[in-house]
Amino acid sequence: MTVYDIIFYLFAAVTLISGFFVVTNRNIVHSAFFLLFTFFGVAGIYVMLGADFIAIVQLIVYVGGILILILFGVMLTNNIVNVEIKTGTIHALPASIVLGLFAGAIGAAVLNTNWKVVESPDPVPTTAAIGSMLINEYALIFELLGILLLIALIGAASMARR
Amino acid sequence: MLNVGLTHFLVISVTLFSFGMYGVITRKNAVMVLMGIELILNSANINFIAFAKFGNYGLQGQIIALFVIVLAAAEAAIALAIVINIYKTITNINVDEIDSLRD
Repeated sequence: MTVYDIIFYLFAAVTLISGFFVVTNRNIVHSAFFLLFTFFGVAGIYVMLGADFIAIVQLIVYVGGILILILFGVMLTNNIVNVEIKTGTIHALPASIVLGLFAGAIGAAVLNTNWKVVESPDPVPTTAAIGSMLINEYALIFELLGILLLIALIGAASMARR
Repeated sequence: MLNVGLTHFLVISVTLFSFGMYGVITRKNAVMVLMGIELILNSANINFIAFAKFGNYGLQGQIIALFVIVLAAAEAAIALAIVINIYKTITNINVDEIDSLRD
């Protein structure tokens, strides 16, 4: 076991344990904070995969943007003063049985498949290459995503103010 | 077995996907359903980047992951606007009680 493996298992444990608590915790604010640790763990896994730029984007967009948005959603849709912020669950037992079977099936398929792994070169900084790809090969998708994001934000603002 | 390879990342992705799906199916609160969707998108991103690295596909998987992150941001903004609108209209965001369209 190398240092790489130990760090990987650390990030994997953080991701999976906090991910488990996100969906099982009854207090929705606690769930949001466990989601924070899940996003940090996933960013660490991106770093282990050599995707440094994606890891930073994950931190900025998910932790800095989406998580704050979700926390505001919790605050605006629950009456914090006199109602406890708890949420119920429905169909917990059938859902866990079916999803356990699903995860077992997919996991067995993953473990039993003989993946053709190409030995990849050592990780290099990816930011410059990603930037150049975004304005060359993927320029159209990049622009379309920008327009989509603008439309989504205008729509969200107009919908929430109505 | 203990040496980290492609299957480790795929197993993490499957587990995270199952947790997210569990959240989407079982939680009543609409904001919790959103959190489950975020978990599912993250697991998909792990798959993209893991296959890009271990299949030696260069940076294309990372670019797709970047696009997925952008779409997740747009989705979260729209969905929270809808949730807040529903809360203003019927003061409740439990997804099993929002059924006025059915009647």
